[in-house]
Amino acid sequence: MSTATQTPRTGTPAAEAPEPQVIRPDRKRTRLGYNIIALVTAAVMAFPVYWLIVSALRPNHEIRSYDQTLWPSSITFDNFARAVKQDNFVTAIQSSLIVSITAVVGGMIIATLAALAIGRFRFFGRRALLMVLILVQMLPPTAMLIPIYAQLNAMGGLDEYWGLIVVYLVSTLPFAVVMIRGFVVNIPVELEESAMVDGCTRMGAFRRVIFPLLAPGLAAASIFALVNAWNEYLFAYILINDNSKYTLNVWLMTFTTERGTDYGALMAASTMIALPVVIFFMIIQSKMAAGLTSGAVKG
Amino acid sequence: MTAAETQAADPPAAIPSAPLDKGTPPPAGTPSNSGPPRRKKGALLPYLLILPAIIAVAAVYAFPLVKSVIMSFQDMGRRELWSGNTPPWVGFDQYTAILADSEFWYVVGRTVLFMAVCVTLTMAIGLLLALLMMRLTTWVRIVLTVALIAAWSMPLMVAASIFRWLSDSDYGLINTLIAKVAGEDFLGHNWFLNPWQGFGIITALVVWGAIPFVVVTLYAALTQVPKELEEAAALDGATATGIFRFVTWPVIKPVFVMVTTLSVIWDFNVFGQIWLLRGNKPEPEYETLGLYSFSKAFSSTSFSQGTAIALITVVLLSGVAVYYLRQLMKTGEVE
Repeated sequence: MSTATQTPRTGTPAAEAPEPQVIRPDRKRTRLGYNIIALVTAAVMAFPVYWLIVSALRPNHEIRSYDQTLWPSSITFDNFARAVKQDNFVTAIQSSLIVSITAVVGGMIIATLAALAIGRFRFFGRRALLMVLILVQMLPPTAMLIPIYAQLNAMGGLDEYWGLIVVYLVSTLPFAVVMIRGFVVNIPVELEESAMVDGCTRMGAFRRVIFPLLAPGLAAASIFALVNAWNEYLFAYILINDNSKYTLNVWLMTFTTERGTDYGALMAASTMIALPVVIFFMIIQSKMAAGLTSGAVKG
Repeated sequence: MTAAETQAADPPAAIPSAPLDKGTPPPAGTPSNSGPPRRKKGALLPYLLILPAIIAVAAVYAFPLVKSVIMSFQDMGRRELWSGNTPPWVGFDQYTAILADSEFWYVVGRTVLFMAVCVTLTMAIGLLLALLMMRLTTWVRIVLTVALIAAWSMPLMVAASIFRWLSDSDYGLINTLIAKVAGEDFLGHNWFLNPWQGFGIITALVVWGAIPFVVVTLYAALTQVPKELEEAAALDGATATGIFRFVTWPVIKPVFVMVTTLSVIWDFNVFGQIWLLRGNKPEPEYETLGLYSFSKAFSSTSFSQGTAIALITVVLLSGVAVYYLRQLMKTGEVE
């Protein structure tokens, strides 16, 4: 997926390659050197991910061995079976889905409204709002954790999904507003105007013109928010103490007991948790880089 | 972005008044006369749109922050938390106690050092890899991109589990590999007994996780460098370093500065990686500011001390945050 967007860019140097070769015959050799360095780097970067998958698939006696081999002697799904049988697996999936989907849907609605306001209107306090949204993202999570914990405790929100949902919903807002605003300003305002000249109401213009154009951007922002909520573990760990309400990330901690860690099952469970994230990442990768840096790069 | 935005932002203000003028022809020349009722409606709309966001941000960011400040001037322990009684007011006692504590300054020093090492490594490796990406055959670049995204997409919890497994004292791969070179003695080596070695593993995890974002962002910036400029410089006899310094660097500098600032903030706030690698209860030698505040609050159940430390962290970081914001304004992101 990432490659699809990068091919056009990469096309330019590749097409030019033959020309400089005439001037400088040594070009090809240096490029070979760069390629080798790049492949080694790729191997290093991907290795932990490879090790995750290999450890999840190899038999347990190979995991509990002083001689770790880079390649498994045989492939087994025993680790996955143990991970699935671990207590609270199903409820953890449920909790993660309930919390992250509710938070993302709510967050996206609020963020889209705010992004439209910031992207389409000039009003007093607009810049200040944008700055506040950027600044709050830099607050250390622990600075928020203690007062939120105390407040939810006073309101009876500990051990409840809604407490976590509110926290996740709001923590997606700042970046979602900034990111969606980036997509909003790229939709020519003339489109909206002409729809309204043709008799659409403002709402109708939004529904028929802006929303369809905004949809890919909204999808990217929601996936990014979903991944963030899915991956969050600190608030989930502190705010939820009830085993049957653990989210998947907190559930991962149950593989470590006083008797040690069942690494085979832990790696299998981790693979299952990471898989949807990897797929989502591949889908939005190009958009996300653009959304995060559009202003900076174009500036 | 700036230009597009000002264009985008100006017309809507005019739109509501256009049909309005048609509807009320007599005072068309004096919009101030017919304007107010309708214009008020138009002026109110953006505020209505941002209202939910403002309420939400106020509830989960602003209110806790204010509460933090209040709590840091009180003495809130476990008893006050559960009974709901108002904790006693102690003024600046928490702050003076913290600032007089030499352990706090050790923690600050450790946090700054750890952040500096992580940021330097991340940005140096990131820049080199981004430059490398410009000089690759297409398929190699694709392979490298896929590897970077695979690393990037690992959830923190999963990444920490992998590194904990790699550095496991009994069966970890790192020990197996080192033992092959250095001899059997290395099997069973505990990387986390010595905080320097332990932080080495943590740094590897942080840098590994941060590099993909940096490379992808810097590579995007590098593709914006005009090829003709580099070629012209090369024809004029500039060396590779000269081209980088005088042609490439000025173009990518704003992005580089911004990514560095973000890395400073992120690495200063590193919490999860240390917490997870140390099995949810880091030893005092592993505490950075975030963990120090956390353990004061939740292990020693002095919530007031915890919030005071967190607020000191916010103050320490605010300079960096303001700098970041100014950079954003310079590039026109906040327009």
